[in-house]
This record gives sequence, C-alpha cells and structure tokens, in this order.
Amino acid sequence: MEKILVGLKRVVDYNVRVRVKSDGTGVETDGVKMSINPFDEIALEEALRIKERGEATEVVVVSIGASEAQQQLRTGLAMGADRAILIEADPDLDALSRARALLELVNREQPGLVILGKQAIDDDNSQTGQMLAALWGRPQATFASEIELSGDTARVIREVDVGLETIEIDLPAVITCDLRLNEPRYVKLPDIMKAKKKPLDELAFGELGVAASPELAATGFEPPAERAKGIMVEDVSGLVAALKDKGLL
Amino acid sequence: MSKILVIGEHDGHSLNPSIAKTVACAAEIGDASIDVVVFAEAAADIAAEAATLDSVSKVLTVENPANSKPLAAVIAPQVVAMAPAYSHIFGPSTTFGRDLMPRVAALLGVNQISDVMSVNSAHEFQRPIYAGNVVMTVQAPADHPVVATVRTASYTAVGNSNSAPVEATSCDAELPTHTRYIELQAGKSDRPDLQTAAKVVSGGRALGSAENFDIIYALADKMGAGVGASRAAVDAGYVPNEMQVGQTGKIIAPDLYVAIGISGAIQHLTGIKDAGTIVAINKDAEAPIFEVADVGLVGDLFNIVPELTDSLE
Repeated sequence: MEKILVGLKRVVDYNVRVRVKSDGTGVETDGVKMSINPFDEIALEEALRIKERGEATEVVVVSIGASEAQQQLRTGLAMGADRAILIEADPDLDALSRARALLELVNREQPGLVILGKQAIDDDNSQTGQMLAALWGRPQATFASEIELSGDTARVIREVDVGLETIEIDLPAVITCDLRLNEPRYVKLPDIMKAKKKPLDELAFGELGVAASPELAATGFEPPAERAKGIMVEDVSGLVAALKDKGLL
Repeated sequence: MSKILVIGEHDGHSLNPSIAKTVACAAEIGDASIDVVVFAEAAADIAAEAATLDSVSKVLTVENPANSKPLAAVIAPQVVAMAPAYSHIFGPSTTFGRDLMPRVAALLGVNQISDVMSVNSAHEFQRPIYAGNVVMTVQAPADHPVVATVRTASYTAVGNSNSAPVEATSCDAELPTHTRYIELQAGKSDRPDLQTAAKVVSGGRALGSAENFDIIYALADKMGAGVGASRAAVDAGYVPNEMQVGQTGKIIAPDLYVAIGISGAIQHLTGIKDAGTIVAINKDAEAPIFEVADVGLVGDLFNIVPELTDSLE
C-alpha cells in the first residue's frame, strides 16, 4: 500500500501522578511532563515496521490538539515518520469530533491503513478508532497484538477478555494497538536533527468543515474515594486470623 | 420514562456474567424499562438466561447466521436499526462492549460515555479517567440517545428470579462482509473465571519463572480462587496475557484479592481498586501495594505462600 496514517495524541506522561485542580474544574496540566500516548507510540512503531518491510511507502503522523502537540509530532518524525499534520483544536475535543476530523483527513490522504492506539491514557475513552471505522464504513480491528498484511487484506490477532481472537479484514481499515504488539524504538539524536527538516503541516480544526457533535459536558472532577488504612501482620498465622476475622476464609 | 437497551454479550452458548452487572447499572436509572437484546445464530438458551435477570422487562432475539460471532462491524448496524425505540443503549465495558459501542455511537452521531461507574440521573454519570486516578462527572445531552459502556467492576449482578418475556425480532440493516472471524484461542482452565471469581490470587514478577507460578496455582486451588497476574509477570512470559489484571488488562472486583510478589504499579492498582479486601505479600516493605492493602505481610513469598497453602483446610 502507499500510505499509512498514524494518530499521535499528546497526553500527560504516564509516569506523572495526576492531580485534580483545586477548584475541581479539571486536571492539573501546567508544568506537567507531556508525551506521546504510549499506545500511539506502538501504533507508529508498527507502521514503521510495515514500511521497513516494504509493505508501505509512506507513514504520515497526525495529531489533533494544542499547537504544543508539534513536539510529539516531531518525536514521531524522529522515530521515522515521513511527514506530520497537526490539526489545531481544543485538547479536550470530544472523540466523535476527532473521528470526524480524521475521516476528513482520510478522504484527503487516502491511506491504505489507519493505525491508532487502543485508548488514550488521559480520558481512557477507547473510542476514536472504532468511531472512525464506523464513519468511514470500513473494518476495525481493535486491541491488536499481531498484524499480518497480505495484499488487500490483513489478519489481526486481537487481545480479547477470553484469549486471542483472529479476524481477517479487507483494506483499507482501522487498527488499534494493544501493548504487546511491539516495543517502540528509541529515538537517536541524529534522527532528532533530521526530523527538524521533515514537513509538518498545520491546519485549524475549523478549516476541515467537520459537523459539530452533540457534546458530553464534563461538570466535575474529583479524586477517587480512598481505601481505609490497612493493617500489617507478622506471619502466616496472623494473616489467616485476619482473613478469618473478615469471614473470608 | 427511559427506555434502555442492553446488548447481551454471549459466547454462543451462555450469557456473559457482565450483563447482569450492566443491567444493575441500567436499573439505577429510575423509571426505566430495560430490554436485553441477543444477537446470535441460535439465541434461545442465551435469551432464556437473560430473561431470568431481575429488572429486565423483555428479551429480544435477533437470529442470523451472520451473528454467530461477535463482530462489531456486523452487530453495530443492527443495534442502530433498533435504536429509535430507545433513550439509552448500554453495553458492558468488556473487550466486546468496548469494540462495539463506539461504532454504534458514531453511527448514531453521538459521543459515547465509557466505563460508567455510577448513575447520578438519566443523563448524568460518573466515570474514571487517568487510570482511575480521577473521577469525572459527565452530562449527556437529553435530546440524543445515551450510548454507554458500564464498568462492571462497579456493580453487583442483579438477581435471577425474573421470567421476562422473550420476543424474536429482525433487523433491517445491511451487514458488511469486510470483516471475517477466523478463530479464538482461549486459555482452558477449570479454575473460577478471573473476571467473576469471588476470590482471586495474583502473582507478579517476583515469582521469577513460569514454573514458580505453580505455588500461586496451588494456593488458588486450595482457596477456590481465580488466578491473575501483573503486567510484569505477563510480559516476562510466566503466564498468558488473558490473566493480566490492571488498566490494560482486566479490571476486577472480587471479595478477596491476594497480591503476591506484586509491587503495585498504578496501572495494576487501577484493576483492583474495587476489591473487597486486598492482601499483599511482598518482601519489599516500601512497595506501593501496601498503600492500598487491607492486610499486608512483608516476607519471602517462597516461604509464605506454601506455608499459607498448607495452613488452609
């Protein structure tokens, strides 16, 4: 195939312990380390491997969000993507609007495959890939742990609750990645320098002519209820006694 | 009055236990009728099971050879065809529900609410974000259908003393052939199912090998428990991936969870937050697992676990 489109979302780094803003209007992101959503990094790695095997000729990375998402796109270019597109939008843009924006991009770019992470680790929605596939009228293979391309079809092994499910899909299609699909490469310094010369196009979300979605209103944010403080026991008999006390043994 | 449609996940033979919990969430919306729909090749046995669930008004069956396997691309247009009669469409937050429901939502032109953990009203819900470190309240527009997945670990299954009517129906929808089911490799186990077991014993990286995991199985079998694992243990190849507990694995809520040699990374804790009692056994007294444990024991698991197994009747 000619082209693979990969989505990269800018999210709070997975090592950061997030805090709710004191006024409960959202999550503190000021001065917090931001990174590529880890599942999206896996998506890009897979696209690059497909290209390196000679099964695709171009890998295009796209991010929808604040202009700072350029940093994540540059990282994607340093990993090996050929070019980048930033759709400047509210970083909290809803999933359906994201899917509609990606569809517009799909119509312009005509990729043979769109690879996304299975979910973003900020909103934990796990929706955009499935929504894009629905709007596009094409197959979806979510939670992929193995992808094998052959001509106009792909065989995908999916991580489902009961085990590993294999499906065959016609291309073009949307695939979303699970953890065990691959281990993303590290970016090397010369690649970072090279990435500065690669094209990064910017366009405003409004320019895409995407219909407004009926939005969900986030009306409150709070920390989860904490568990009561536990007890420490000295030995196995203490453990057994504690569990018998609770009626669990 | 709310009219709620619950998508009845099944494996071709029986109803998935997550559905009784999804119905429990739907029942939190007062003044509602709840229908369960079963898309299957042969739906009778599955529908009969769904009909026993308390709070269910009616069970609908859509029998079609195309529905023999759980393909989102095939089921979604059929759900959409039924949608006009409903104010809410709920599915479980299993891999099946998470695959299907956003496809349904997009075809209906609405956003989806993922992982509902509590119901404030017919259009206001709470859900976890940031791996459960933040709880968000969301309001859905009242003039559109609400499409949601239910975080089943937050709910207790409804009882099964009902006998709701079962009705066969058909869906006027064009079904795609671009997605084809090939096979399922399922881990075979006689132990209680990890997702629904009342007791779960999990092992982590500290077990050190697949062979050493035998002491976890032995303890679990003595307790009648399901067996889980941390991501580190799965990544190290000690156990298959379907045993992984955590944000990217299974989110569970057993009455008793025993974490053995698991340090307690945030992504693991996300998966066990709703457990009744958490027991931690770890040689590192500073391990984060002890921050959430109800009962903690510091020591060498290779001594403690066999001793614990022997001490149980």
